[in-house]
Amino acid sequence: MLDRTSQIAAVTPVCGRALQITRAGRVLLDVSDIEFGERSVTAIVGPNGAGKSMLIKTLCGLMRPDRGNVTWNGRPPARSDYRRLGMLLQHPVLLRRSALANVAYALKCAGHDRSRAERLALAALEHAGLSHIAATSARRLSGGEKQRLAMARAMAMRPEILFLDEPTASLDPASTLRIEEMIDKAREEGTSIVLVTHDMAQARRLADTVMLMHRGGIVEHAPTQRFFDAPATDEARAFAAGEILI
Amino acid sequence: MHSFAEAFGQAFALIVNFDADLREIVFLSLQVSLTAVLVAAIIGLPFGALLAVSRFPGRGALVVGITALMGLPPVVVGLVVYLLLSNAGVLGPLQLLYTPTAMIIAQALLITPIIAALARQTIEDLNDEYDQQMTLFGLNAIQRLVTLLWEGRFSLMTALLAGFGRAIAEVGAVIVVGGNINHVTRVMTTTIALETAKGNLALALGLGIILVAIAVTVNAMVFALRGTAERAAYA
Ligand SMILES: Nc1ncnc2c1ncn2[C@@H]1O[C@H](COP(=O)(O)OP(=O)(O)O)[C@@H](O)[C@H]1O
Ligand SMILES: [Mg+2]
Repeated sequence: MLDRTSQIAAVTPVCGRALQITRAGRVLLDVSDIEFGERSVTAIVGPNGAGKSMLIKTLCGLMRPDRGNVTWNGRPPARSDYRRLGMLLQHPVLLRRSALANVAYALKCAGHDRSRAERLALAALEHAGLSHIAATSARRLSGGEKQRLAMARAMAMRPEILFLDEPTASLDPASTLRIEEMIDKAREEGTSIVLVTHDMAQARRLADTVMLMHRGGIVEHAPTQRFFDAPATDEARAFAAGEILI
Repeated sequence: MHSFAEAFGQAFALIVNFDADLREIVFLSLQVSLTAVLVAAIIGLPFGALLAVSRFPGRGALVVGITALMGLPPVVVGLVVYLLLSNAGVLGPLQLLYTPTAMIIAQALLITPIIAALARQTIEDLNDEYDQQMTLFGLNAIQRLVTLLWEGRFSLMTALLAGFGRAIAEVGAVIVVGGNINHVTRVMTTTIALETAKGNLALALGLGIILVAIAVTVNAMVFALRGTAERAAYA
């Protein structure tokens, strides 16, 4: 059987233009021009409530902007494009099935037949170091295992671009390391990564460019080295130095 | 007091010997109520799920309406079905009055709102949780419904058992549309009512004991199901 995912048109670059979301008179998101899909790792940083989740949900077609538009490779997002675009939600939803069945399910949704889906799912679990819990109910796993499973599920699709919303937010250092290794591997496989994170050290370790969001807008977007060493804005300077932005 | 103990003794004898009359009545009861649950599930589960995930004008009123119908008095349902099936009714030509089919229709009508309302609640909660993830899976509307129904399977089974419990225990609807005809439409509840009135306490008590046993079993199944679901963290 042919690998159906290879026949699907590309989804990158993922572009947002003049995006605005307003709720109760408050502008929550206001981003004029943004584009992802350079086979690189972009870290999006910024204080809680800055609009980071809202931005990537909008770009992934999970939220409809009040103004502006999102395109994937020049087209409006389509349902079948989710075979090539992945997102790890801030609170990933695991199905009420085994760990293996969770990954296999996503692959089946993407058009793989059952036996191929199970084979790919097993391989994905192995890469994530989760083979030993393949048969365990996903909802029984520890926090770190759940996050790795969700990550493995998103990666199993071999997406062209993968959005990650604080994938290590509540994890211990060991679990964080495992997730970072998986991000590295996805990058090596040619996946573009957009990583929302609070962890400045993580941004330094993983990102090619860093984007700072504050109050719904993008304040600064620069190569990682320059972002930390020679920030152009006061906000970036303060944030990179670990000061609290409000 | 003496006749009471005697009745109990006879009742147990009927059960232990698996008396032919008693057996026929129990089997018909189970057949009617299980079929009614099946029909109500086929209608109520997709309907409740659809109601949970769709937004249209009047949806709120429909949800309130169905929830209100959960408490329908069985005898009123029996009356409505009687009117539909009687010679003057819309379905009169089918000649279904006083048949087990009429009893199935009445019980299905009685418990469909229960199953639909419980399914609506379950699926709506699940949908809130799963909505964005299902978008990311690239699911279409029908795949979403199927996924939600499967993910909610334990809660939905509980809803089906609740429907069965109500169907097997009700007497008002089946007596109106079934007529309690010997060897044709006589089920446990209607027989208990009739035999008690006639003073035949042994059969009434025997059936009563079986009915209670079924109710206890259903509750135990709900309990076990919940336990299984929680142990597997599937609830
Ligand atoms: N559905 C919503 N309705 C109204 N306000 C919302 C909604 N979702 C998020 N917000 C608000 O939008 C802002 C940005 O949220 P979010 O993107 O989650 O921030 P973060 O950068 O921490 O990910 C926050 O102030 C949040 O309270
Ligand atoms: Mg967030």
